[in-house]
Amino acid sequence: MSRTFLGMPARALERGFPSNAAIAVGDSQLRFNLRKATRTIRGKRAAVVSELPDWEGLRQAGKAIKDHTLRNLDRYLEQLEAAVTAAGGHVHWAADADEANRIVAVLVRATGETEVVKVKSMATQEIGLNEALAAEGVTAYETDLAELIVQLGDDWPSHILVPAIHRNRAEIREIFQERMGEWGRPAPEDLTDDPRALAEAARLHLRERFLSTKVAISGANFMIAETGTLVVLESEGNGRMCLTLPRTLISVVGIEKILPTWRDLEVFLQLLPRSSTGERMNPYTSTWTGATEGQEFHLVLLDNGRTDVLADEVGRQALRCIRCSACLNVCPVYERAGGHAYGSVYPGPIGAILTPQLRGMGSELDRSLPYASSLCGACYEVCPVAIDIPQVLVDLRAKARHPRAERLGMAAAGWIFNRPERLARAQRAGGRLRRFVPKRLPGPMSAWTDTRDIPDIPRESFRDWWDRTDGGGR
Amino acid sequence: MNSRDLILARVRRAVAGAPDAEVPRAYRGATGAVAGSTVPGNAGAESAVAGGVATGDGGRAAGERLIDLLAERLRDYRAIVHVVAEAEAASVVEEALARRKAARLVVPDGLPPSWLHPRKAGVPYETVGDDPELSPADLDRVDGVITGCAVAIAETGTIVLDAGPGQGRRALTLLPDYHLCVVSADRIVAGVPDAVARLSPERPLTWISGPSATSDIELDRVEGVHGPRTLEVVIAT
Repeated sequence: MSRTFLGMPARALERGFPSNAAIAVGDSQLRFNLRKATRTIRGKRAAVVSELPDWEGLRQAGKAIKDHTLRNLDRYLEQLEAAVTAAGGHVHWAADADEANRIVAVLVRATGETEVVKVKSMATQEIGLNEALAAEGVTAYETDLAELIVQLGDDWPSHILVPAIHRNRAEIREIFQERMGEWGRPAPEDLTDDPRALAEAARLHLRERFLSTKVAISGANFMIAETGTLVVLESEGNGRMCLTLPRTLISVVGIEKILPTWRDLEVFLQLLPRSSTGERMNPYTSTWTGATEGQEFHLVLLDNGRTDVLADEVGRQALRCIRCSACLNVCPVYERAGGHAYGSVYPGPIGAILTPQLRGMGSELDRSLPYASSLCGACYEVCPVAIDIPQVLVDLRAKARHPRAERLGMAAAGWIFNRPERLARAQRAGGRLRRFVPKRLPGPMSAWTDTRDIPDIPRESFRDWWDRTDGGGR
Repeated sequence: MNSRDLILARVRRAVAGAPDAEVPRAYRGATGAVAGSTVPGNAGAESAVAGGVATGDGGRAAGERLIDLLAERLRDYRAIVHVVAEAEAASVVEEALARRKAARLVVPDGLPPSWLHPRKAGVPYETVGDDPELSPADLDRVDGVITGCAVAIAETGTIVLDAGPGQGRRALTLLPDYHLCVVSADRIVAGVPDAVARLSPERPLTWISGPSATSDIELDRVEGVHGPRTLEVVIAT
């Protein structure tokens, strides 16, 4: 595979972010859904974060633990591998999405099963595992409520934590009624759009599947190098079902998810739930070490472009990300454009810096992502591991290939600003020709004036005025 | 070159010459915090009880504060909570089961018998053991499960099970729709760092904060999805 695959349809990649966003902001239902959801979660997060007097201390500890881990990632990966193996687990290494998918497919086939249940996982979405398994004749059933909504609706995720954030209760009811029957137990005839009733329908739809499926696939929020322990945070109990009941468990985890020691959890189990769902603690957290309670356990360690990000001095801080999605919920751009405009399973501010780094800036879309921000800095403020997203955005903007007209314009401006006398001459010429400057520039330069007014050019420059009046004295 | 060596080589090339980071631990309850490091907030009050409920007069007051906080935080996440004297636990358990109309209850090995069946005969309930192991379908059919816990965290309203005595394997508290947990006061700690320090990574852990819930529909919290839809906690002091 020539470029890192990030689990999104090709059509979203053909357009730049501005075109995708323009389509999204025209959808008033989407804007209403997003505004309602992001406001709710912003308020909850702010309340539980302000409860902790030592939040900034936890944040700085979280940042430093991740930085230290990334600096010594080779050592911690080897330590993790040894610990998982010693605890009866099997460790596999995948350089890219294709290899990870192949490894999982072979492991599933070895069990003789053709159905697997899945815990919500960004890593498996990133590599497009469900589609790869389908090509091998294996059906993957998503069990997280939001992922179920996305899967049944033949849709794409638009948020890291709540992939179906773009859907409201009425739309979800419709999807359940129309599609549940094709995947298993149908929705009740009299299903209402009360969230309680919708959750109950999901419970009934998945119950039998949980009790009978023999293979589960998960990601992980954290892996402890010292002990080989994996950690999954969740809310619904679908995670516990998948991690506990099946005979075989396969976890696909990005290599940056490591924490050095067990004790480091004391920091991250405070940072993540409060940043993510705005709860003091999420309803369920499971930890396990190697083969547990008679299960067979496989860990697939995934690179898929992460080591490229790690090599970038400014951009590598994006690997500190613990996928809480707090930056999405505060972002004024995300709130209006929604997740699909970013053309990646990683939307929002973190996606705008992670996607172009993982995938490279070869497409129109990926070059435009670093501009999908007003640089207001709210994302940095709420980030529990203090990723300076605006700094990385600016750095990526400098690295992206710019359009020819912009490059020529900037080169010309550079030439003029380089010498005071050139600037003075240019200003005088501008003053004399000011009547002829159009309100909108022609040709490729219109991209600039489409969204900006050309400022009025003064008759006389400040320097000339100063010389003529001797600083206003004459 | 296999993928393992390839990835490790890429990592080494990527971080060569990069600076390492010192980890500042300026937060409450940090274990082994560097002497002289500043810990913000109400360090005095919290650290007095950091290792669990202390004894002595000051410790007793602090212990009661922790119990109150745990009860408040559990209720916040829609758990049903009772705070009772240890000797009352069995009666409160029985009343809870009667209210719930739970006739068959899974009881894991090692659960203190004093929490079950009070001497004065009330509404009878049947207990089921897990040896030999109950099948998922069996577990799906019982009315509830009763357990103790390894640790309870006051600040977050969390109970932690570690598959130890009186807790059983993980599926026991997952499939029944009703989970009744008895928390001995000596299991209560103040915050997350105290809990992590007490727990062993070698055991499979389940941290539980309220009944199963979801925020996936318009980011509104709804209790009750796949895990037990009712969590009832008896804090025995």
